[in-house]
Amino acid sequence: MKYSIPEKELINPGHLACQGCGGALAMRIVLKTLGENTILTIPACCWSVIDGPFPYSAVKVPLFHTAFETAAITAAGIKAGTKKVEKEYIHSVAWAGDGGTFDIGLQALSGAAERNDDIFYFVYDNEAYMNTGIQRSSATPKGAWTTTTPTTFPKLESKKDLDAIVAAHNVPYQATVSVSYPEDFTKKLEKAVKKRGFKFFHILAPCPPGWKTNPEDTIKLGRMAVESGIFPLYEIENGENYTINMPSPKKELKPVNEYLLKQGRFRHLKEKDIELIQEIINKRWEKLKRLAGV
Amino acid sequence: MSEQKVIMGNHALSYGAVTSRVQVVAAYPITPQTQVVELLSEMCADGTLDAEFIKVESEHSAMAASIGASAAGARAFTATSSQGLALMHEMLHWAVGARLPIVMGNINRSMAPPWTIWSEQTDSLSQRDTGWLQIYASSNQEVYDSVLIAYKVAENKKVSLPVMIVLDAFFLSHTSENVNLIDQKDADRYLKPYNPEFKLDIKNPHTFGGLTTADWYMELRYKIQKAMEDSIDVIKEAHKEFKDLFGREYGLVETYKCEDADTILVAIATAASTAKEVIDELRKEGKKVGLLRIRFFRPFPFDDVKKNLKNSKKVIVLDRNLSPGNGGIVYQEVKSALYNEPVKPKVYGYIAGLGGRDITVDTIKKLFEDAQKSEPAEVKWMEVKI
Repeated sequence: MKYSIPEKELINPGHLACQGCGGALAMRIVLKTLGENTILTIPACCWSVIDGPFPYSAVKVPLFHTAFETAAITAAGIKAGTKKVEKEYIHSVAWAGDGGTFDIGLQALSGAAERNDDIFYFVYDNEAYMNTGIQRSSATPKGAWTTTTPTTFPKLESKKDLDAIVAAHNVPYQATVSVSYPEDFTKKLEKAVKKRGFKFFHILAPCPPGWKTNPEDTIKLGRMAVESGIFPLYEIENGENYTINMPSPKKELKPVNEYLLKQGRFRHLKEKDIELIQEIINKRWEKLKRLAGV
Repeated sequence: MSEQKVIMGNHALSYGAVTSRVQVVAAYPITPQTQVVELLSEMCADGTLDAEFIKVESEHSAMAASIGASAAGARAFTATSSQGLALMHEMLHWAVGARLPIVMGNINRSMAPPWTIWSEQTDSLSQRDTGWLQIYASSNQEVYDSVLIAYKVAENKKVSLPVMIVLDAFFLSHTSENVNLIDQKDADRYLKPYNPEFKLDIKNPHTFGGLTTADWYMELRYKIQKAMEDSIDVIKEAHKEFKDLFGREYGLVETYKCEDADTILVAIATAASTAKEVIDELRKEGKKVGLLRIRFFRPFPFDDVKKNLKNSKKVIVLDRNLSPGNGGIVYQEVKSALYNEPVKPKVYGYIAGLGGRDITVDTIKKLFEDAQKSEPAEVKWMEVKI
């Protein structure tokens, strides 16, 4: 069956994202489905800059800039306010980077998830503090170079399993998505739009300056991340019903080394480092398959 | 018909929020503020108050939620104290920069460590530079009335700034007093529904708070200062209308026997009520003494302070707060307000009652005695056991 994503554009050209920015593409995809009845809340992150300096704005919906750690709760406050003053149903959207989600904004995220506040929460995860110049976050994968994890001492710790943390709140809907699979992304958005309560989307957003990759490889890298299982696409409903979308749980994962070596941030890795990362991916993949019952 | 109720200061805040028809309440409990939100929570649950109540996971989030709700065009209310207010600090600036007319109750409590829950004004005075209007109340009736007045002032387009209503822990928060509750119909005549000039509106989408360079940031700060200055007349007008409708009179400051006084005590909050007793006693002894209670600390009421103090010989400032390395915060401001007067009184600054220690009639008498016989110093401590 032919499936098409909405043609409508609610983001203008001329925004300030870097070439090949996964975060900018993600916003374009999301606004197409959520439409005009959307209010964005954006904490400190690349999008504080991408939208453009005063008096310009790239998006065609209202946008409220808020403090770093408050994306979820500011969006919840906006939702509460609109419920009292607007006749129409409004999608209140928190839109944050991985730093504002995995790290400094985790408390507010957990609060909103636990209360099941009726908001969308999107994290566009570029796996480091990119807006301040590529410092490690708890979303940075093991082995990666950042300016605070130099190649002589790259990140030792594994990426925080935020999706499991969100799932522990038993929220109505959550999904991992990729800008490389806009159809899958849009289908999930369409599903979530019908739900009330807390909806969480974890977007892998390749970042050419931060990952040391070519802008034209963003989509390709997104696909490789999914195919290698380092960023599988799946949904969780009510914290317990897992569905794996991609890659196929019936097939072998593609080896991760090609994905890693295409990126400057991993180029210092030795064969045994890559083997270790592959082991972690395999382990997480088996766990995910168990949770999904496949 | 208005209704008389014997209520604690905390409930005076809650009833004030109800009479003001607040639409969103976001709050986090902290001693000695808890009764404010408990009562509001009950009233939201039983339908007395038609508001969304967000039971947030921190004070930082309480202020962020209030900011979101207010930016969406709803009337938002919260309350906190001490550590909670300090945690909110970043968002207090945000509410001001975003020009959102949020009203918040703050129950004055000393800062830890060591752990303490008793009254002191250092928590709220530490926030004086954030751009919130600050009202220091001295009775539960004043607390209740001030909530309506606060929204009236905050939502005025000339102001568009948040207001903090400050009350002393326990001396007001947990002390029951007779409070005249305003009939809702009358209150609605005084305080109209919030109708913001700008809000997050899907029919007229705009971005709020986007990156602003040195080209325009300074102008935005200038407008905040201008709004503070303009708020003086807006407050006066709000007070006048309040008096016309409900009979109770408020000012930026309250004066007590100041007209012919040669020595005037300056205080904020409940210590000023105790001071009235002392003024009466000393007046009986033939001493020309008076009291100036500063009700609005922000905007600072320069004109009222100068007008009332400049003809006195000695001004005694009583501070239940401390800026370590300087001294009393009210003292600093009163002294600086008088500095450019051609003829000015001597200004004495005293620290007393920190950590909720009682400021008694005797304490205040000692201030007058000390000022009578000594020269001013930058900071003097009353009743310190060291």
